[in-house]
Amino acid sequence: MTAAVSIQAVSQRYGQATALDRVSLEIEAGEFVVLLGPSGCGKTTLLNLIGGFTEPTEGAILIGGRDMAGVAPKDRPTTTVFQDYALFPHMSLRDNVAFGLRMRGIDRGKRAAKADQMLALVGLEGRGDRRPHELSGGQRQRVALARALAVEPDVLLLDEPLGALDLKLRRQMQDELKAIQRRVGTTFVHVTHDQEEAMAIADRIVVMNAGHIEHVGPPREVYLQPKTLFTAGFMGEINRIPVAGGRAPFGPVDVPDGTLCIRPEAITPAGALRIGPCKVEDAAFFGAHIRVHVSPLAATDLRLIVHLPQSQSVEHGGVLDLGAETWVVLTE
Amino acid sequence: MIRTLSWAYLAVAYAFVFLPVAVLVAFSFQDGRLPVPPFKGVTLDWYAKVLGNDDLTAALLNSLLVAVVSSLVALILGFLAAHALARVRLPGSALMRGVLIAPMTVSYLIVALGLLNLFNLTGLRLSLLTAGIGHVVVNLPLCFAITYAAMGDHQRSAERAARDLGAPEWKVVTLISAPMLAVPLAAAFFLSVTFSWDEFIIAFLLTRFDVTLPVEIWSMLKSGLSPATNAVGSLVFLVSVTLVILLELTVFRKRP
Amino acid sequence: MSLAAKDRRQAWGLLAPALVWTAAFFILPFFAMIALSFAHMEGREIVRGFDPGNYTRIFTDPVMLEALRNSLEITVVVTVISIVLAYPLAAIIAFRVPACWQRLALLLAVLPFWTSYVVRSYSWLLVLGQNGVVNKTLLGLGLIAEPLEIASTRAATVIGFVHFFVMLLTLTIYANLIQLSPNYARAAQDLGASRWQCFTHVILPLTLPGVITGAFLTFVLCIGDYITPQILGGNTELTLPQLIMLQLGRSGNFPLASALSVVLMAVVTLAYFASSRWLRLDRV
Repeated sequence: MTAAVSIQAVSQRYGQATALDRVSLEIEAGEFVVLLGPSGCGKTTLLNLIGGFTEPTEGAILIGGRDMAGVAPKDRPTTTVFQDYALFPHMSLRDNVAFGLRMRGIDRGKRAAKADQMLALVGLEGRGDRRPHELSGGQRQRVALARALAVEPDVLLLDEPLGALDLKLRRQMQDELKAIQRRVGTTFVHVTHDQEEAMAIADRIVVMNAGHIEHVGPPREVYLQPKTLFTAGFMGEINRIPVAGGRAPFGPVDVPDGTLCIRPEAITPAGALRIGPCKVEDAAFFGAHIRVHVSPLAATDLRLIVHLPQSQSVEHGGVLDLGAETWVVLTE
Repeated sequence: MIRTLSWAYLAVAYAFVFLPVAVLVAFSFQDGRLPVPPFKGVTLDWYAKVLGNDDLTAALLNSLLVAVVSSLVALILGFLAAHALARVRLPGSALMRGVLIAPMTVSYLIVALGLLNLFNLTGLRLSLLTAGIGHVVVNLPLCFAITYAAMGDHQRSAERAARDLGAPEWKVVTLISAPMLAVPLAAAFFLSVTFSWDEFIIAFLLTRFDVTLPVEIWSMLKSGLSPATNAVGSLVFLVSVTLVILLELTVFRKRP
Repeated sequence: MSLAAKDRRQAWGLLAPALVWTAAFFILPFFAMIALSFAHMEGREIVRGFDPGNYTRIFTDPVMLEALRNSLEITVVVTVISIVLAYPLAAIIAFRVPACWQRLALLLAVLPFWTSYVVRSYSWLLVLGQNGVVNKTLLGLGLIAEPLEIASTRAATVIGFVHFFVMLLTLTIYANLIQLSPNYARAAQDLGASRWQCFTHVILPLTLPGVITGAFLTFVLCIGDYITPQILGGNTELTLPQLIMLQLGRSGNFPLASALSVVLMAVVTLAYFASSRWLRLDRV
């Protein structure tokens, strides 16, 4: 029902181009791991390697301790939810979901019962006779999920499964995906370029960039304690302030030399790391917060982005005395 | 194993497809009276003979004339109809599409026979014109189908924008619709030209004194096997292939 | 006049030339042909009227019945063989040949399509004839003692047809295969399907409409063709189009030719209804 995945120094090259460069990663059984990165970072390549659709140029992939070299996709304990769902348009939903069981030679009655049970799990009970073209995008996504889970894989691979959905539906499906994963206990490896989606569902996030892994950790750590500038920037908006010789542009600071990274919402009037008085250049009401551009009076060239609570009164041209509550210093 | 079988199949298929053409071209150079083995040596005499034959060159020009003119008429009629049906919901749109496509599902022989009867009744003399009319009948559905399929939402909104900016309908058609559909229009036109240029049965039944190339070749065949026929066939093949390759390199290359 | 009404008038104006042309030169002659099929000949004169005699003759005269049967048999055999040969060819080009070479491979596979139709049948005569390339080669290799009688038989007609339609079907089937998302095949294999199961359960059903459309096209073009059986089939047996041309030429019997054409048309219509569920003629 569930298995660990071990990726050991895997490289993938296409001619001159390197899609993955000696990537190693341990995924525990039953874990929900999200591979996150911009397009072309190698996340989909890595997913395809686990699924067996391509063979790595170098390195090994173990699933449940078993080396997968030379094992075809159909013989691997993995199934995939494809980005375009790849539902078979000529089959009913029931036949789609039962397809894997049919290939395993399970008799008609049993596989229909299992298919109906899986459709119920994803909230589509009683719709087994429908055809894929009668469904909305979100419903198709659920069928694809049910079809992949029906064969009880040890590892489920999801290739940007929510990419085609609109924002509201995507947020709703994230919650359902997480709930279903808890219920079935299968290892989920999920690929996305949406960092909010990643934080919402992942036990651990794997941030990837240009064919290598930048950071692996729980959402909180990856967001608050990024190990690299790339991770810091990719996980959300961040202010980057150069620090040299114990001095930042706005004055002395008690941090090591490097790039001082502060999230917009970590800057408050009460923050411990003092930035000092700042002039409000621009402000906009965003509902949950007020987004403000400020320049420290001591360094008017520096522009900082600050998210202040709705209750704070912000006046254009006014001065606020600000400090950072949390920060991280990166040296690269 | 499967890989080897695939390549072997591909090789055999190509051999089958090219066998008659290879034989045709090879024996057009036959230095002898019969285009069958044994091969007696290379000569260009048959080409000289064919190119000096006035009936053949006349037929060739007739074929070109009929092909180009009938294709142009079919293209204009088909494009205008597609433009109208893609733009406005008319009562019975589906029926009209069906009527316009219908000649495609009917054998050329039947189209030709129907027209032959019509022309007999109306007293219209058989000529290149009557053959051309027949070719428009069979190429119109093709031009209509190709251009209709190519007209999408993108096309429609560009046309609406043009009208919104004050363009009269004829300018919308000539300045927006036609240029946007340049590739499918060219494809439809050249497909029609190649069909018409090579069409036999309609041209055979609907021409009398001036004939097209396929009809002229047909009458050559009656006198039995001859390397001259091979030479004509090879020339036609050369022209068609050049046209196809030119199209491939120009018109279709632009496709995204 | 409202805008919508003006639009509609304009649309009718654009539509009219094509509709008038089709009505005048296709629909009208077609009905005139049906009317003519109920006329009969007295000497060399056509006598109009309502006389079903032509049809009675077609369905009782053994020569006519045999021509009908020959046409049907040849067409069905050609359609089936062409699909069976073209499908693997299209699939190999779509799935085995590297993407950058596919257009070239396809262009090559259908290059002889662009030879003159009349000349193509003639070339097969050179290949299959008594002194043709095939016989000379087999004799030379000592595989046969006597030349094979292929030309002027039904086999030659079928080979000539298959050659043409394999090219046509390769094009249509390839177009179908290439527009399938590669994820269908991956999904099937991911769920445990073998290559063969993937083909029979997923790829084949998804390409069936294209195959049926191609088959229908083959059927229509094949059953109505005069040239190929006339050149390659010799005079051993007649097909329906040959019979029609005979009526036109020898006796000028237009009514009988019309009746035969109506029968030919009826056969095509039957084929249309048999396959209409899957047909997509507007997307050939």
